[in-house]
Amino acid sequence: MLAILRPAIVLLVLLTALTGLAYPFAITGLAGMIAPNQAAGSLVVRDGEVVGSSLIGQSFTSERYFHGRPSATAAADPTDATKTVEAPYNASASTGSNLGPSSGALKDAIAARAAALGLEPAPADLVTASGSGLDPHISPAGALAQVERVASARGLDEAEVRALVERSIEPRELFFGEPRVNVLALNLALDEMKP
Amino acid sequence: MIADLTQIVLTLALLVVLAMPLGLYMAKVYTGEITYLSFAERALLGPAGVTPKAEQHWTTYTLSLLAFTAAGFAVLFLILRFQHLLPLNPQGFDGLPAHLAFNTAISFVTNTNWQSYGGETTMSLLSQMVGLTTQNFVSAASGMAVAAAVARGLASRQARTLGNFWRDLVRSILYVLLPLAIVLALALVLLGVPQTLDASVSANTLEGAEQTIALGPVASQIAIKQLGTNGGGFFNVNSAHPFENPTAISNLFTLISILLIPVAFCFTYGRMVGDARQGRALFAAMGVMLVVAVAGLYAAERIGNPLHAGLIDPASGNMEGKEVRFGIVGSVLWAAFTTAASNGSVNAMHDSLTPLGGLVAMLQMQLGEVVFGGVGVGLTGMLLFVILTVFLAGLMVGRTPEYLGKKIEAREVKLAALTLMIMPIGVLVLAALAIAAGTAQTSVQDAGPHGLSELLYAYSSATGNNGSAFAGFNAATPWHDTFLGIAMLFARFGYIVPILAIAGSLAAKKTTPPSAGTFPTYGPLFVTLLVATIVIVGALTFLPVLALGPIAEQVSILAGKSF
Repeated sequence: MLAILRPAIVLLVLLTALTGLAYPFAITGLAGMIAPNQAAGSLVVRDGEVVGSSLIGQSFTSERYFHGRPSATAAADPTDATKTVEAPYNASASTGSNLGPSSGALKDAIAARAAALGLEPAPADLVTASGSGLDPHISPAGALAQVERVASARGLDEAEVRALVERSIEPRELFFGEPRVNVLALNLALDEMKP
Repeated sequence: MIADLTQIVLTLALLVVLAMPLGLYMAKVYTGEITYLSFAERALLGPAGVTPKAEQHWTTYTLSLLAFTAAGFAVLFLILRFQHLLPLNPQGFDGLPAHLAFNTAISFVTNTNWQSYGGETTMSLLSQMVGLTTQNFVSAASGMAVAAAVARGLASRQARTLGNFWRDLVRSILYVLLPLAIVLALALVLLGVPQTLDASVSANTLEGAEQTIALGPVASQIAIKQLGTNGGGFFNVNSAHPFENPTAISNLFTLISILLIPVAFCFTYGRMVGDARQGRALFAAMGVMLVVAVAGLYAAERIGNPLHAGLIDPASGNMEGKEVRFGIVGSVLWAAFTTAASNGSVNAMHDSLTPLGGLVAMLQMQLGEVVFGGVGVGLTGMLLFVILTVFLAGLMVGRTPEYLGKKIEAREVKLAALTLMIMPIGVLVLAALAIAAGTAQTSVQDAGPHGLSELLYAYSSATGNNGSAFAGFNAATPWHDTFLGIAMLFARFGYIVPILAIAGSLAAKKTTPPSAGTFPTYGPLFVTLLVATIVIVGALTFLPVLALGPIAEQVSILAGKSF
């Protein structure tokens, strides 16, 4: 029995030291050297202040900004810790809606979002919740559909905003992924164009 | 459509091109032909008291694996239960409740990585690294050791031993998992995956709100959770989270990592038994099933949800629960790969897949995780079906079945047939029990047939040692944590112990050269029989209940009915 227990315990300890401590700490050290910006979360700094991460979506509700996708994230209810309240783009508690395809709640939510946009049919990304609740992107169609609203809210020329959106479209990477627009980057560019 | 097809074909091609040389390399690792890290092997095995030439009978090999798993379980359980008393807990999270610590510890030592918790809201950095990342390595390495032992057993003649578990365990980590994980982790950091000891950062958004962004040593954990078919994410939404999987290229790398070692094992096996055709036959059978699964999922998700016709642009497909940067095809490939391999990481929410898409994902797990499956154990699970197939073929022609020149006799067939009971017990019996006890009804999120699908998916995932979920299902209750834990444990060792017993008994047998009457266990005829055996067993077991869940749901939404 000892012939089995000794290696079980000794190897568990040694392999924990190797894979659970040395490995993550070595990667942390190396990451900080080769790519400090990415390792720290790809933070976006404007005027010396962290305004977000280029990889993480944030909530936009103002007419003056392009909006991201619906987000199903929630946060603890400040008045009752056992309950949660809607908190879109809560980047400390990622989640999708997890609503099934036959869900009536899902159908109603999609219908309400499409109606609010005044688009039927709407680009799917604007009316469906993302998997993470933190999707930083929308589709090119989803961005173009918002040009008119944003231009008029900012008193900008529609063609100018449309041109900005078109410049912001990121193509497929090699053959992979989908064309997309990073909402935070687009809105930052918009602020730069006319604060 | 062309762009989608290109992505599918390139991904599959790249996977095979990388897996073939890796498989041959792994064969040399397990036969001891490669020794460049022997100094590190000695440094680990020496203090453990394992001598370089020590060999183990199948019973000792199995007991070693069980003892190592038990020790790992005990340590992980204690770390999780008492993380509030341990260092590296910057968010000040509490210790996990007993049922959750039990479920999570079993989940990680069985290579399942079912997560009844949300990572960034539950786990301290110490739990994530020392607890979970360690088990990501060693549970994967244990599965790889089993495959090495079984291949050795089948290749040997009148041998008493299958190798040495401790050596196989250490070699799997040193020569395969650790180097691959280091390369992948650094590549992921370059692509944007964070790796820091800061637990979060605060941002002031453009609209002036405060956004707390969870961070951590993510890249190191993601690399091994993909490579080791573990699947347990750093964040709640796993690889759908932009920090776990920021770009289409990170998606490609991590997607290929899911199946890399399971596919490589087919070629390792062919090399170790001295007949590459045997490995290629297993690869072909698994490959055919994977391609069918990808095609089925793709069609279902691309067509989208008929209930939302008129509301959503029909060209978009079903985007609920999916991320824009991956789109339909990147999400579908992932769903197929992760349920083929018993990985269980997700880059889209499976609960929101269309009914038929969800059915494909569920069925791949219910087939017993043999479509490449978990690292090592996918191969050995497939070998159990090979034994059943040669037995059935032997019945048809009236000869004693043989595999690799070894006579397959009553003992082997009985053990293999016994393992057919694991999936139905874990899925059907335990799910029925939960319904009878009323705990299923309170945990499901959706009404109608989808509720049943959520329950079935949970128990299929646990019993398949997969770990993905229809995440609307609330599994974090004492009942489900306990029974899902039992299912994971039962399935992991319910397959491993019989296959090691079979390997031990076959190792001891003489090898007879093939004769004119030998049924070849390679070539299209055998591959067809093997796939048919797997599909028929799976379909007979699960079709009735699938008709009540996903199929009924598909019929409902076609009729315009929502719940």
